[in-house]
Amino acid sequence: MPDTKKELASYLSDALDGAILRSVVAFDELTIFVDRARLLDVLSFLRDDPRSQFSCMMDVCGVDYPGRLNRFDVVYHLLSPTQNERIRVKVETDEDTPVDSCVELFPAANWYEREAYDLYGILFDKHPDLRRILTDYGFVGHPLRKDFPLTGYVEVRYDDELKRVVYEPVKLAQEFRRFDDLSPWEGADGVLPGDEKASVE
Amino acid sequence: MSEKEIRNFMLNFGPQHPSAHGVLRLVLELDGELVERADPHIGLLHRGTEKLIEHKTYMQAIPYFDRLDYVAPMNQEHAFCLAAEKLLEIEIPRRGQIIRVLFCEIGRILNHLLNVTSMALDIGALTPPLWGWEEREKLMIFYERASGARLHANYFRIGGVHQDLPDQLVDDIEAFCSPFLVVLEDIDKLLTGNRIFKQRNVDIGVFTLDEAMARGFSGVMMRGAGAPWDLRKSQPYEIYDELEFDVPVGKNSDCYDRYLIRMEEMRQSVKIMLQCCALLASEKGPVCVQSGRASVPSRADMKQSMESLIHHFKVHTQGYRVPEGEVYTAVEAPKGEFGVYLVSDGSNKPYRCKIRAPGYAHLQGTEFLSKGHMLADVAAIIGTLDVVFGEIDR
Repeated sequence: MPDTKKELASYLSDALDGAILRSVVAFDELTIFVDRARLLDVLSFLRDDPRSQFSCMMDVCGVDYPGRLNRFDVVYHLLSPTQNERIRVKVETDEDTPVDSCVELFPAANWYEREAYDLYGILFDKHPDLRRILTDYGFVGHPLRKDFPLTGYVEVRYDDELKRVVYEPVKLAQEFRRFDDLSPWEGADGVLPGDEKASVE
Repeated sequence: MSEKEIRNFMLNFGPQHPSAHGVLRLVLELDGELVERADPHIGLLHRGTEKLIEHKTYMQAIPYFDRLDYVAPMNQEHAFCLAAEKLLEIEIPRRGQIIRVLFCEIGRILNHLLNVTSMALDIGALTPPLWGWEEREKLMIFYERASGARLHANYFRIGGVHQDLPDQLVDDIEAFCSPFLVVLEDIDKLLTGNRIFKQRNVDIGVFTLDEAMARGFSGVMMRGAGAPWDLRKSQPYEIYDELEFDVPVGKNSDCYDRYLIRMEEMRQSVKIMLQCCALLASEKGPVCVQSGRASVPSRADMKQSMESLIHHFKVHTQGYRVPEGEVYTAVEAPKGEFGVYLVSDGSNKPYRCKIRAPGYAHLQGTEFLSKGHMLADVAAIIGTLDVVFGEIDR
């Protein structure tokens, strides 16, 4: 099974010279990292090429890595029902650089791109209708960014005198506590600090 | 006669309209009774689930999935558990797999019963929901007997399910199956041949398979358009590849076909449930992983062994670290492809958990499907899309 993914990856990088920066097969899933300028070429090739036929755009989402120069990943998940294959396409961007919208190629991407804009502030070039979608009308900020606090900035209540809902800054009865409950003694791979000494002669 | 200026009529449909299936605000532009434009405004039920999950350990994230599509809660939990298991590279015990499949199919029936009957309600039939709810109630009692909660089950765990089923419950589920088919037959008699039901559904909301794929439709919407695409068959997970069931496929891709598919899927689910019950009778053993960091020690072990007590405490407070990586897993939820894109940075909390809800893509198609239809058809179209706002707004 991993062989077909690797084959597909090398086939794609041959066919799309230079557009694919690198490709990774992990957990039996193929990820390709794409040059932002060539995104639409890659997506339309993936959709139309008879060997891939990724005709379903299942998901588009953002991921935030604040420590990076290009802080956002835009992740596209494509499905090919005819080949029974999935692929993940990733491009990097920052707060100001727009990514080309793929609504023309995949109408399904419309709301997903709106969502990525709403929650992360990722801009999409030539999107027909880049409005907020999930958050409140008139919401400020992009809530899924890592620097947006979990509690948010405003809270709402119904004011009986004004006879309407009013927005106020969040007042917490006690400070939000973030428990650092990670033990330094136990990594994901089960290696303890000092384990390396065991192999030293 | 002087010329009159005619302008289109703007109509707010919802957010508190009974056939909006929750909190949908649909802004309709009408030319007479014809829909010119339909702009769904969603997010009225947005709770920031994805943000909350980033601040919880993997085990604490599971209950959020019940609250997405609250009509079939366990199917959502399943997608998340599969994603985390893929990252942890856990193989779950066979009895656990069978129980999961059993409850996923119960979830499918729960969902389709609600959808078929409330769609009938939207277009004017009151009896089917009453009959359907009675059966849903029985199924929810099975949920309760397995997990302690009727709706928000929190029953699946990373590595299996929380507790084993009592034998009596398996027998009762088995006994539920054949009488349920009779009820299904009754609902079928009420609706399938019904003249009004057909008038409201046949040739409404038609699209081609290519359009369905371009718009990210999945599940019943895709099968209605003629594609035998079912993740349980094409990308099987758990024990689905051993089970015998058929995938119903539509011919005309209209609301009526999708209704028929849902009815048939319920019958197929019953078939799967019976097979699972038979398997459970012979397949004994653990229902959750017994060793490794994701395992939860039993109460009995905790009374005997200090190590178990420590492990139990640690697994429920700080959780466990999940290896770095990213996975996308999808299950065939009753509404379509429900996917979870999980990014782990190697800590005990997900770095990013994107929930791909089938209803989101379907609702997006409202404008495409209802353009040119009459206002009254919008209710039928929203009914057939099978939207639940828990999963769309997240």
